[in-house]
Amino acid sequence: MAGMPFSFAALLDRPDIWRGDSLNRASTPTIPCGFPELDAQLPGGGWPAGALTEILPAHEGIGELRLLGPALAGLSRRGLRLAWIAPPHLPYAPALAAAGIDIARLVIVRTASAKETLWATEQSLASNACGAVLAWPQGAKYAELKRLQIAAEGSRAPAFLFRFPEVASESSPAALRIVLSTVRGGLAVRVIKRRGAPLAHPVLLSAMPPAVRGKNHHVDRHPAAAAAARDFPARLVHV
Amino acid sequence: MAIGAALALAPRLRLALRDPAAETEALLGVAGWAAQFTPSVAIEFPDCVLLEVSGSLKLFGGLESLLERLRRGLAEMGWSAMSAGAPTPRAAFWLVLAEKQKFIGPMAELEPALAALSVEVLCCGNETLAALEAIGVRTLGELRALPREGVARRFGQGLLDEFDRALGRLPDPRNFFISPPQFRAAIELPSEVAQAEALLFAARRLIVQLAGFLAARSGGVQRIVLRLGHRDKAATEIAIGLVAPSRDAEHFTLLLRERLSNLTLAKPVREISLRADDVVPLADRNLGLLLEQGKPPGRWEQLIERLRARLGTDTVCGIANRAEHRPERAGVISDLGAKQLQLDFGERPFWLLDRPKPLAEVGAVPNHEGPLELLAGPERIESGWWDGDDVTRDYFIARMQNEALVWIYRERREGRWYLHGVFA
Repeated sequence: MAGMPFSFAALLDRPDIWRGDSLNRASTPTIPCGFPELDAQLPGGGWPAGALTEILPAHEGIGELRLLGPALAGLSRRGLRLAWIAPPHLPYAPALAAAGIDIARLVIVRTASAKETLWATEQSLASNACGAVLAWPQGAKYAELKRLQIAAEGSRAPAFLFRFPEVASESSPAALRIVLSTVRGGLAVRVIKRRGAPLAHPVLLSAMPPAVRGKNHHVDRHPAAAAAARDFPARLVHV
Repeated sequence: MAIGAALALAPRLRLALRDPAAETEALLGVAGWAAQFTPSVAIEFPDCVLLEVSGSLKLFGGLESLLERLRRGLAEMGWSAMSAGAPTPRAAFWLVLAEKQKFIGPMAELEPALAALSVEVLCCGNETLAALEAIGVRTLGELRALPREGVARRFGQGLLDEFDRALGRLPDPRNFFISPPQFRAAIELPSEVAQAEALLFAARRLIVQLAGFLAARSGGVQRIVLRLGHRDKAATEIAIGLVAPSRDAEHFTLLLRERLSNLTLAKPVREISLRADDVVPLADRNLGLLLEQGKPPGRWEQLIERLRARLGTDTVCGIANRAEHRPERAGVISDLGAKQLQLDFGERPFWLLDRPKPLAEVGAVPNHEGPLELLAGPERIESGWWDGDDVTRDYFIARMQNEALVWIYRERREGRWYLHGVFA
């Protein structure tokens, strides 16, 4: 490197170097997640493209997919494919369509083993042919995640790995790690790793389905509803 | 050289009968592959392919790079070739026959270059060659120095005409090769192969030939069939279907590798053949004017094919919505890219359980890891009486103790609760 002008600022501009005291500037492309409160806390203002994002919901069903809804809807409407690798249940087309996701763009990959899941995820990321890759790997080790992170690098797709909350304490090569839990009426998003200063407080989102929004304090509702189930035809769907 | 003498020199020599039919087939295969470089391909039997390349030089970046591509492709198909070039087809053919790896550009250099060649390149009988030798004529230059009338009288006008064609003084029309509408190629393996993966090496030769054949036709195929011939057993056929037409040799190789690695061979393979029937037009992709950053976007069709080749065709699918009230029929697994219907359902969960899960009921309250709190509902769904699979259900959105939202229903006839979906 003799004779080459060396600039410390230029070194800091490299996308793979980030400073611990500030949020990384938008050196890597991101996909806005659709929740302004959360976007403000994510480096570059959205889900990182070409990097792993780990989503660790406290339980299944608390809003882990609703969190991705706006981003997935935007990507699918741009004609990009969304790869779902080894999802735990059938992704339900009516609900996805209602969330604005073009279901014709979905590619579901069902695998027979954890190894196949990792392989399919790696292929999907390395091919750079998808708009987003969602995967449900079981018991992935650090070295395997590192492989996925390397496969994701340079691609345009954000990669979401859904894992159990127990792995939050393990180290991971993912660029972004998020723990989800519920607080009465909403979703608490705790960012446990991001490229930049750690985030002390969780971000609260109201990512509830419209039909139940605002019904969070009706604790006394259920006996009545149960009675309704027995007796009156409330919203009759009859063909 | 006699067989005995050859064996004395090299005792481990393997002898094989010459197979003219196989040679012709191979030559036609090479011609079909070479047609990607020029539309004007002519065959000089038994072992020469003539390409008219002056119109292709610019496209392929000059003679050197075109030759490099020819050599690389031929080597990948397992052939070694002598190549030469000249302004006329006959002169080029003569240079190759004389084993001179020469490329002559201007017409003026042609005659001196040909003068040095032996008269053996002429297409005439052994008697004529002997007569030429008897009068001391060994090279074309020496033949040319003789008076024309004398040569014509002694050896016939044909010899002079051939010479004039080589020098471009007489027209030398050729029948151009027309490639067949379908692709067929076969290789007999030098020894029987029992390992499926070892076949890939041989199959690769056929794939390169296929890619050239398709490039020549500006086409692609959606299905290729590799047939593995055994000694005394029905052949094994491996069909590879593609989501979109392609002519990418690397892609075909990748798919074949995945398929072969999953294959266990019952019998060793003696010969392999590759077949592609329906060639469809396929346009080349235009490159962007500016180099794009990062990896170039891949083709999703190729990803799907790789996944399917390894995991099985059924494992990669799409989903579709249907105009159906029964929830398990309104959202289903379907082919990739099924058209989305514009339908309006009530609030639906992102996850649907494969099979509704029966829930316990404790004190008139459904339980799923603790009592469920009903947030919305009921939404009554009664449908399907006509096909014997009717449902009479009241659906509710319920909250679990851990705050997860689930979709449950009460079967109205038997009065039992079931879990059917998770809102996620």
